This record gives sequence, C-alpha cells and structure tokens, in this order.
Amino acid sequence: MNATTVITGVGVVAPSGTTAPEHWATVTAGTSRLGPISAFDATGYPVRIAGEVRALDIAGSMDGRLIVQTDRWTQMAFVAAQEALADAALRLADADPYQVSVVMASSSGGNQFGQRELQRLWSHPSRTVGAYQSIAWFYAATVGQLSIRHQAKGSSNVLAAESAGGLDSLAHAVRTIGRGVSVVLAGGLEAPLSPYALACQMASRLLSHDENPLSAYRPFDAGASGYVPGEGGAVLIVESLDHAVARDAPTIYAEIAGWGMTHDGRHTSPEPGHEQYARSMRLALERADTAPDEVDLLIPDAMGVPGYDRSEARAITEVFGPGGVPVTSHKSLTGRMYQGGAALDAVTALLAMRERLIPPMTGLSRSARDYDIDFVRTAREAAVDKVLVCARGFDGYNSSLLLRRHQNGRAA
Amino acid sequence: MSRRVVVTGVGAVTPGGSNAKAFWSLITEGRTATRRITLFDPAPFRSQVAAECDFDPVSAGLSPREIRRSDRYVQFGLAASAEAIADSGLELTSEPRDRVGVVMGSAVGGTTALEAEYVVLSDVGRDWLVDSRYSGPFLYEALVPSSLAADLAVRYDLHGPAQVVSTGCTSGIDAIGYAYQLLQDGEADLMIAGASDSPLSPVTSASFDAIKATTPQNDDPAHASRPFDRDRAGFVLGEGAAVLVLETLEHATRRGARIYCEVVGYAARGNGFHMTGLRPDGVEMSLAIDSAMAQARLNAEDISYICAHGSGTRQNDRHETAAFKRSLGQTAYQIPVSSIKSMIGHSLGAVGAIEMAACALAIDTDVVPPTANWANRDPECDLDYVPNTARELTVNVALSVGSGFGGFQSAMIFRKPGAVDR
Repeated sequence: MNATTVITGVGVVAPSGTTAPEHWATVTAGTSRLGPISAFDATGYPVRIAGEVRALDIAGSMDGRLIVQTDRWTQMAFVAAQEALADAALRLADADPYQVSVVMASSSGGNQFGQRELQRLWSHPSRTVGAYQSIAWFYAATVGQLSIRHQAKGSSNVLAAESAGGLDSLAHAVRTIGRGVSVVLAGGLEAPLSPYALACQMASRLLSHDENPLSAYRPFDAGASGYVPGEGGAVLIVESLDHAVARDAPTIYAEIAGWGMTHDGRHTSPEPGHEQYARSMRLALERADTAPDEVDLLIPDAMGVPGYDRSEARAITEVFGPGGVPVTSHKSLTGRMYQGGAALDAVTALLAMRERLIPPMTGLSRSARDYDIDFVRTAREAAVDKVLVCARGFDGYNSSLLLRRHQNGRAA
Repeated sequence: MSRRVVVTGVGAVTPGGSNAKAFWSLITEGRTATRRITLFDPAPFRSQVAAECDFDPVSAGLSPREIRRSDRYVQFGLAASAEAIADSGLELTSEPRDRVGVVMGSAVGGTTALEAEYVVLSDVGRDWLVDSRYSGPFLYEALVPSSLAADLAVRYDLHGPAQVVSTGCTSGIDAIGYAYQLLQDGEADLMIAGASDSPLSPVTSASFDAIKATTPQNDDPAHASRPFDRDRAGFVLGEGAAVLVLETLEHATRRGARIYCEVVGYAARGNGFHMTGLRPDGVEMSLAIDSAMAQARLNAEDISYICAHGSGTRQNDRHETAAFKRSLGQTAYQIPVSSIKSMIGHSLGAVGAIEMAACALAIDTDVVPPTANWANRDPECDLDYVPNTARELTVNVALSVGSGFGGFQSAMIFRKPGAVDR
C-alpha cells in the first residue's frame, strides 16, 4: 500500500482575493487588504479595521434557497470548495460518494446568522427564531452543507482548535485517507465579523486598536500591537497519491509529509511558552524524516502580540538555529483569519513551491525587533521544496505541518 | 500495524447523578431525570421539559479559578475527567505528558454563556451594535469551543495532541473515535476522551421548537422522552458529560490497569441527504455499522447489546431500526437495543460519549439498561427495546450509534477483554 497523501487542488476566499491566483498576486505584491470594517458601523468600537472579503460571487456557487439558510461562513466555503475542485479537475459526480470526505476546522460557527437570530429571539415578544438557526449557527454547519452539496459520504469531521485547527484538518485528512477514503476536502474558513463576534474577540485583549491599516498588524515588529481580524480561508483537495495518479490529476502541489500537534498544558496569557510549540515543529520534521536545514521556508503563526511573537521566534530559533530558515508571513495584509488563516498559509506554501518564489514578509518596519530570524523582506526566488507551516490556537494549541514537493509533481 | 486500544477509566456528569455510579444506578433502575425546565423560564417555548444536571462545581472539586473562567459545559468536562482519571488509577504526574492528549466533543460549546452575555451586551436584543464594554473577561473562551479541551489539558498539564471535535450530535462518538485513531497510529499512548454539552438555554429551545424536533408533550415531564414508542413526539433536551481514559493495550498492561473493554471498531459516514432529515432506509448508518463490525471482525451474532441513538423523534427511531436490520439481518431481532435518552434526555454532542460510557459499564457489570417510558409498539420499530426494566446478560460486545444534524452517522464497538477474540 502506498500511504503517500498529496494535495491536488486549492481554493481561496480571503481579503487577498477570491481565487488562488488573485491571492498570490496580492501577497507577492505585498498589498495590504486591511481597511475600515464595512460589514457594520464599527466606529464606536476600539477595533475598527479588519480584513474583509470583497466582491464575493456567492450565487455562482450556491442556489438562492440555500443562501438564506446559511451564514456567510458557509457561503465562503462553498465558493472556495468549488474553486479547489475545479483546480484539481475533480468531478465528484463521477466518484464513489463513500470515498469522499470533508474534514474542516471550525472555531466560531455562523456568527452573523446567529446574532441576527439571537436578536429576533430577545427583541420580539414572540420569543422565536427562524427555522434555519438550528442548521446555520453550529460549528458543523459548513461541513454538513458541503458534504450534502458534493455528496461526500465518507468519514467527515469538524475540528475546533482555533487557528491550529486549519492545519489539524490536513493532518486528519491523511489519517482519514489512511483508513480507506480517496479524497478529502480539507482546510477551513472563518467569518468573524459581526458586532457580537467582534466583541467576543476583543475580550481576548489580543486585538490591535491601531486604526491605520498599514501599521495595525505588524507581526515580529518592534511596534507590534496585536492582531487585526480577517475573514475567509481556504479549501484544499487532499488525495491518496494512488488516486491522484490513477485519475491523472493535473497538479500535484505537494505531499503532506509530516505534522505535529501539541498543547502547552497551560493557559497562554500573558505570554505563551515556546517549548511545546518547538516540539510540534520537531514532530513534523521527524515524521517527514527531514532535518531542520533541509527546510526551505517557514510560515509562522505571526500573532503580532509581542509576547506571542517572542515565544514564536524562540521556538523557531531553538529548532532551526539563528537565521536557520527563511521566514515569511502575509497575515499583516489579510488579518488573522483563525483556522482560515492557517489553511490559507498552507495554500501560500504550495503556491511558493510551484512558483519557486518566496513572497515578502510584510508588516516589518526597519526598526524590527532584533530576532535571529531570516525574514524574507523582499520576494526571493528559491527552490522551495519543503515548507513548514505553523499555527497556534488560542489557549495552548500548537500545530506544524510539513509540505514537501513530490517527485511526481507536475507543477506548471 | 495499528495498536490496540482499551478503556481503563470512566467518568460522567449526567442528569440524575454527578458521577458514573449515580448515572449507572439511575439508568439501570429505569428512573428518568427529565423534568420541567428550571434553568430558565420555559413558558414561552413549545417544548418545556429537559433533563437537567444538578451540578455543583465546588463539590465536584473545581478550583475557584476554573469556576470563574469556565462555562458550564467545560465544568462538566473537568468533573467527568477527574472521575475518569481517578477511576483509571493513573498517576498522571508520573506519565510522560508529551504522550498524553485530550480530545473532547461538543456540539454547541459555549452557546449558553454566549447567549447570556449577548443579552447583556445587546441590552436585551435592542442593539445590533452590541456594547463591548459590558462583556465579561472570558467571553472569547465562550466563543471558541476549543476552550473545552484546552481547559482539560491545562488542568492536567498535558502536552500531547489536543482537539475539540464538533460534528453536532455525533460529536461524542467522533471525539472518542479521533482519540482512538491517534492511539492506533502511535501519535499518543494515553488519551482523555469524551464529550460535554450544556445546551439548555432559550436559544436552544427556540431553535428546536422552530423545526418541531423536541417534544411538545409538557404535561408529564418524567415520561416525556419516549424512544421507539408508538406515541413518541420528539426528543427531550438534556445536558451532561462523559469522559473515558483510553490507552494502548500495551500501556495499560504495563501499568497493570483494570481494563473495562477494548475499542474494536469506529466508523462514520454522511448521508449527503439533508441537514436534519433522514431517509427511512438508514443506509449510511448501516454502512457505518458494517465498517465498524468489519474492523472488529465481528458477526451479527457476536453483538450482545446496542446502545441506540434513540432520540425519540418520529424519523430517527424508524431510520435507526431500519439501519440495525440492514446491518444485522434477522439477528437484529435477537439483540437487546435500548435508548438511555429515555432517562437522561438528549445532550446533543455529549450524549454519544455518555452512551459509550454506558457501553463500558454494561460490559463491566453484565447489565443492559432499559428504554424507559416504552408502552406501545410502533409497527416500524419492532426490535427488542428492553422496555422499562434493565436486563442481566453477558455483555461481550456493545455497539453504539449516533446520528446528527449535517447528516453525520457514526458507530463504535466495545468488546469485553478476552471475549470473541478473532
């Protein structure tokens, strides 16, 4: 049995673009997509900017009846899944439905839909909610709807480890394929921009109050002041190599070669420890039988909160040595999209491998902190064969995922 | 070669009892813990009954800090995990914590706390632009259900894989299944695994009212949950948690642990049909059962007991009965099937773990809990539902299933140590 698991399609819905090519153009150009929140009037809140998805064509991926039954979070997932399937040239209508699964991360559900129904429940004497509240708000809504839409009747799952879940979904796709499924739709998206969901996020005290989109979110910078929330994420098509080869998949982006999941075992505030985070990186490398100096690129969590940045830098330096691996992150352009951001980072890694180009690290000023890290400040051409993507989930979750170019890769 | 996995500890917080022993007494005595809702005024709602936990976090041993920062469902999880770990005889401090993880299921996470805070921040629904200055300090913990596994990992300083699984009403089975797979694959040696939910709040009642999933029969709360009965009219909400200690057989043997049972099969399928509707044929649930049985290398005759999903809705009980017959053939008529939701209600994501705890205890004690409130046969539900009185029998193999919104269907099998070993 060939246990190799590969990624053959990607779909993006993010502030950086509603297709993968558009996302890539944004991150290679280093264009910020943060701006004043337009979803509602945020002028009364200390957090007024965010990364929003603009010009989303939902009707192209979802019929009108379903649009009224779902939150924006599920709608974005439908658009991203459609692109990912098209990119993989995978026609699920021809597939055995029991050989297809959906394993995605979710950490806050259908926020806007939920707030609207809570308002109806509490502001009207009738004390009712609409018929779709029970299927639109809960964490499994998107995976459930996608599995119905695409007739994915294999073993599905919904993982909640905040941001880390976006990478965990890809690791669990490998476990699921190892148990006999051929194709998994993985990744995750997040729609955190309703007034109440924003209030919940602000309670963590990790968000930036800076109103200037160009300075608000600066991971690893001396002026780091917190993160800016963003909406969106990515869907990735994960397949067994055998299946991908047998159907002559047009692109094998990479192999999922390793992962490591750990927990800090303690609450993270005010400053998380770095030991377990570093261990998740080592676990991913060991599983892939890869030495630290073989890694061509690391995409960090990039929280933009000084204590978190310090501990992340320390974990990276401990595993790779001073300046031991090129590091880049585009989170300052899009905002932190939680599990969606981790899934999108995985897509960026795949595109960097395909284009043999490391996009620039954005948000760093010249007065950056003196970390011993090789930040890729301007786009760098490089043979990007192995990428470690890292993510931390709120309150102690650490995940790392190693993506490796596959020899069968017929990347353009 | 995948590793064998066993259950070595059981903990539960359920309606009618704050530990596994009280839970087991309740359900084997056929008593019900359903009542008119007391946690809030249910008068505006169509369904006004539920199975509530009389839970006291202080007597459950939670620290003042845990009580302050944790929602009710997290508190249930902490209490159930403490019991399970004590029951397993583990000294976690002497275990290599890098190899110990936690996977917990929850369908709705911090919904109850989110709603309570929403009422304050929105000034009772008046303001769309909620006033964030009124929020409590742990509101973000309420938003993200990952808080559940995080708080358990923190309590026991666990450094292995941590995860919350949220597949609606199959979350409990799927969380234990996820932990089982991690142990099989060598990603950990020991896992704290279970599920917790405390969904009882106005928004939950209103949500299920809106689709008429819960029972409107409010006049006799103690007999409101009527799975497999001809006159069943919908499910009765519940709350609670169960946690199991799962470890590799090798690890359990090395430390001389008492073994309740072995996890021998787990599978999930999606029906790809409808978010809430079920086709009467039960094909996907049956396929999940078939897969779990194939992993366990068991035949229909080997199944001693089925702990059913048995929610008490018209469609579920019919769907599930069809699935059992599809997988087990004529043998289905010989196998005792019961729904403990008749006594402890339907605690959404938690209940699958509570039902797996019931399977472990059934194997351990050779007693099968009954389906309470069963009075009249439904022609479409014609199996042996163990009506009203528990039954003593040798329980070598217990199968449990779950079915949830989103079309999720899951099945898991526990086997008595040394029994039917193929």
